[in-house]
Amino acid sequence: MGRLKNPNKIKKSTSDRVLQWIVMSFLVVFLIIILYPLIYIVSSSFSSGQAVTSGKVLLWPVDFSLDGYKIVFDYETVWTGYANTIFYTVVGTLMNVTATILAAYPLSRRNFQGRGFYATLFLIPMFFGGGLIPTYLLVSSLGLTNTRIIILLLGLVGTYNVVIMRTFFRNSVPGELWDSARIDGTSDFGYLTKILLPLSKPVIAVVSLYYAVGHWNSFFKEMIYLRDRDMYPLQLILREILNATTVDASQMGSAEELAAMVGATDVMKFALIVVSTVPIMLLYPFIQKFFEKGVMLGSLKG
Amino acid sequence: MHVDNAPMLAPQPVTKGDKRRKSFYDLKRKFLRDWQLHLMILIPVVYLLIFNYGPMYGIQIAFKDYRTRDGIWGSEFVGLKWFEKFFNYYRVGDIIWNTISLSLYSIVAGFPIPVFLALLLNTVEHKRFKKTVQTVSYMPHFISVTIMVGILNMVFSPVNGLYGNLFRLFGGSGFPEDIRATEAAFPHLYTWSGIWASVGWSTIIYTAALSAVSPELHEAAQLDGASRWKRVLHVDLPTIMPTVAINLILRMGDILSVGFEKVYMMQTALNINASEVISTYVYSAGMGSPRDYSYGTAVGLFNSLVSLGLVLLTNWICKVLTDREVSIF
Repeated sequence: MGRLKNPNKIKKSTSDRVLQWIVMSFLVVFLIIILYPLIYIVSSSFSSGQAVTSGKVLLWPVDFSLDGYKIVFDYETVWTGYANTIFYTVVGTLMNVTATILAAYPLSRRNFQGRGFYATLFLIPMFFGGGLIPTYLLVSSLGLTNTRIIILLLGLVGTYNVVIMRTFFRNSVPGELWDSARIDGTSDFGYLTKILLPLSKPVIAVVSLYYAVGHWNSFFKEMIYLRDRDMYPLQLILREILNATTVDASQMGSAEELAAMVGATDVMKFALIVVSTVPIMLLYPFIQKFFEKGVMLGSLKG
Repeated sequence: MHVDNAPMLAPQPVTKGDKRRKSFYDLKRKFLRDWQLHLMILIPVVYLLIFNYGPMYGIQIAFKDYRTRDGIWGSEFVGLKWFEKFFNYYRVGDIIWNTISLSLYSIVAGFPIPVFLALLLNTVEHKRFKKTVQTVSYMPHFISVTIMVGILNMVFSPVNGLYGNLFRLFGGSGFPEDIRATEAAFPHLYTWSGIWASVGWSTIIYTAALSAVSPELHEAAQLDGASRWKRVLHVDLPTIMPTVAINLILRMGDILSVGFEKVYMMQTALNINASEVISTYVYSAGMGSPRDYSYGTAVGLFNSLVSLGLVLLTNWICKVLTDREVSIF
């Protein structure tokens, strides 16, 4: 492959080779900076509490143990939070993507009567909105506080995502497809569901990823609108646990006493971080092949 | 299309009424033709009208003394009372300064790094290595703010965090200063943890722009004897400069919108003087206790109006600089 690809390749000069080495070493340093905290967290979560607090864990797990994970798995609120987050993410993303498609397809049709009006309607909220408190008052007057519905509804369509999807529909799907579909008597709904969407997998994947990450990590609206703990998503539970028992340097006895006390909680926290982050990180590799394509679209002007 | 010239060209003069009737029929015909499209867009539009435009009605309480039993419309009008209160608040200078300085710090420190990184990634020839660095650099983007702040608190704990442990490992005794509770350290912790989390993801846009560089340009430069380093300077860099400029200008536009969540979660009684920004103040004034809805709304409105002004200004600069090539509208 390598030989066939570029038979006329110009021979590399010494300075080019030196540059390669410099670039590589910069990137290796960068890689370490990004990766080290992640490795530290994962390694700590698999170590014993005593090893973590006494600072023995620097790179790999020390005194390998699953104690942290055992505590997490026995923690009931974590699992209700987990279930809630999965519910909000899956149902919410489905709603988001559906609404985004329903907005992006008409806006992508150049001869759609009223396109300019609708486009303006979508654009304005990007730059100006009612703000936190008027939104809160509206939601309360609709009686939607402390419901799952409001968590799913808020942020239903993101203008940015509508623009990405509209640009894809317009630029990456040949317009002749619509012309010939219309001659065959296909309706707009038929064209959208049978022809356009099957061709638009890359952009649907990318937009779904954006929405799903948003739901998974969402915290603020849940904090504002939810009161019942059984509706709390994982992020709210996490915050409670991660913030609890913060150790104050003024109220301690000997370092050993303290270490024993906080050791177990520390390892549990690290395990919790791993358990709550890995699922959403795993989404990316599946979507990766669509990704560059999808992001390129966002940078194109429609 | 020729409606304007119609009286001149048409054998019979077209009256105003005719025109109106004609365009009405035209509208109706097009509406009937596109009814499915209107039906599709109805769902997102209804959402927007309720949840994005609906709250705009409530903005008026910024000029009223809102009371729940009087409602939004019925509450007493007080003019600019709440804005005066905000500007007379003794911490107002700190709050605005914190907001702007945190933003500027993030831009100055964080903006060039992804550009530099994208150039490095584009230069490297080892494809597997490049892919690995990219994939790893995206990972922190998926970490939630809650967890990010949790990690910061744990890693920087002087007692049992990595920070305290390293301090003792390198010969310190006891516990180092708790930088999580230090005002001076707050901007650095906030900014650099943000850069760590977002740097990889931010390179995507530049990597995409670099992949659009035509290979012929590189080949031509190569035939002229340009080294790879010269080509980075004279081919790659100029190609992404427009993208860089636009991103920078857009970034300046939201200088007043420091993300609420992370600042709020990093805020403690000990660093509040450095960490109170407009958005957190809106929250604590409007939704804290006591809940002062009108005052919070007024501060929020001030913030969004200034932001809107900045966006319009940067867009105008963008248009002028790029000769109307680039505009977000």
